[in-house]
Amino acid sequence: MSVDKNTVRKVARLARIAVPEERLDPMAKELNGILAWIEQLNEVNVDGVEAMTTPVAMTLPMREDVITDGGIQDQVLANAPRSEDGFFVVPKVVE
Amino acid sequence: MTNLTQLTLADAVDGLKAKKFSSQEITQAFLTQIEQSNDVLNAYVVVTADKALDMAKTSDAKLAKGAGGRLEGAPLGIKDLFCTKGVRTTACSNILGEFTPTYESTVTQNLWDAGSVMLGKLNMDEFAMGSSNETSRFGPPSNPWRRKNSNVKLTAGGSSGGSATAVSAELCLAATASDTGGSIRQPAAFTGLVGIKPTYGRASRYGMVAFASSLDQAGPLARTVKDAALMLEVMCSGDDKDSTSLHLPVPQWTKSVGKSIKGMKIGVPKEYRVDGMPEEIEKLWQQGIAWVKAAGAEIVDVSLPHTKYALPAYYIVAPAEASSNLARYDGIRYGARQSGDGSLTSTYETTRATGFGAEVQRRLLIGTYVLSAGYYDAYYLRAQKVRTKILQDFEEAFKQCDALLTPATPSAAFGYGEKGDDPVAMYLNDIFTVTANLAGLPAIAMPAGLDAQGLPLGLQVIGKALDEEACFKVAAAIEDAAAFTARPEKWW
Repeated sequence: MSVDKNTVRKVARLARIAVPEERLDPMAKELNGILAWIEQLNEVNVDGVEAMTTPVAMTLPMREDVITDGGIQDQVLANAPRSEDGFFVVPKVVE
Repeated sequence: MTNLTQLTLADAVDGLKAKKFSSQEITQAFLTQIEQSNDVLNAYVVVTADKALDMAKTSDAKLAKGAGGRLEGAPLGIKDLFCTKGVRTTACSNILGEFTPTYESTVTQNLWDAGSVMLGKLNMDEFAMGSSNETSRFGPPSNPWRRKNSNVKLTAGGSSGGSATAVSAELCLAATASDTGGSIRQPAAFTGLVGIKPTYGRASRYGMVAFASSLDQAGPLARTVKDAALMLEVMCSGDDKDSTSLHLPVPQWTKSVGKSIKGMKIGVPKEYRVDGMPEEIEKLWQQGIAWVKAAGAEIVDVSLPHTKYALPAYYIVAPAEASSNLARYDGIRYGARQSGDGSLTSTYETTRATGFGAEVQRRLLIGTYVLSAGYYDAYYLRAQKVRTKILQDFEEAFKQCDALLTPATPSAAFGYGEKGDDPVAMYLNDIFTVTANLAGLPAIAMPAGLDAQGLPLGLQVIGKALDEEACFKVAAAIEDAAAFTARPEKWW
């Protein structure tokens, strides 16, 4: 499987990264280099093999469904690029 | 008195407890060294001098009363991947801007609870993606080691290059680091240090900036095997804030150091002999085998047939998980925002295009591609199944032996730019280390000798899951036999 300029454009959009038009071809070349190298995995017979989860068998821990954190609005907003009146300020999304 | 900055962590802790010197004295000694050297070495990206002296003062008060924790008063460096309350943490990425956490990572909290002192935050590859520390927004550090009769600037490895530089150049007693594909062990090998990645789940990932969650593990970089054991004991803990954390007692690894390896079976995997590997690495490996044999261990030839698939599998799993983890950096809640044309989509796309460096962008695109509709089974799911095969290889090998001995890296430290611009050539650095991440196993790197150009080379011991003890025992036996005392000649 190899990627072309249009695939890179689509993937960049999905990843929300602006890739300038003139970078699409070089980027496709770079990605193809890596993907061609990754293709060797097709040599491995994985029929009936389970996907790896963890080397040490464990069950996900459960806890009481209670509130353990909160009431820290100032901390949540402390690193906001823009905030006002206790809210994050974001670009307008509804016309 | 010997120079305080040259002490091992264990000796410094003992000296502090015996009141041979104070925490303020040793902390000031390190701060002075940092001030003199950091412009050249670029190990620290933040120096917390005032905080360090405050913490040292508190430690001295405890030590005066004969109280204090296991690392009371010992000055450490912290990789910029660990969130530190009130101290800028950016994983050396522009996208995090001046992010200053309002909370503390569990690993660093454990270190502060044990009384250690924070000197500052250490340089690293952006989001730990790299093997040379060149992808840092702050530029790379300089390896204190140089080739004989050469002033070519060498990498200290990556991604924990700042941690390796700082410990090697005596800018801290020991440092925290993290290892997703070899980011502790490769820098250790490049700078003549000891570094261990524990079994997945031993160290909490809470407050550690995430790269690839199923692979990331914290661990220390230190000057001796004993120091590494001491650091790891303090860093590890079961943690309710990390659902993949193992709630198991932390063994007393410091007591494993120095235990006899007589009768242990050490496996030598034939697949770790790779094409183009320098003669010197092979020689070092044979020397290591001879050392453990002389210490009474038995050598067993083993096979790990899926070794060559480890790196390609890693370059699916790690970018896929990274693309998901790094989706949070959108410029809205924290970090540096770029508005683009002012629309929401443009804000996201411009923020991420300016905030992420080239290597991170490349991996995010790979990760997004392999997870995109129609490709998930062919790439990610297949890679996760190959991981199972790699783990099964280890489980088979461990039926015949107690631990594995391999080289740590396929070469000594290289110069900046010497790998060209082929990303795959850089990725091959992790060929011996990445298998332990994929299988979640503990693995330690320790110095074993110098190459013809006077650069350190390391060996690696891989243990069974949860058997860090075997790693420490064998590493200490090799450390003993190698009697590695070389230090970089001070040029900075």
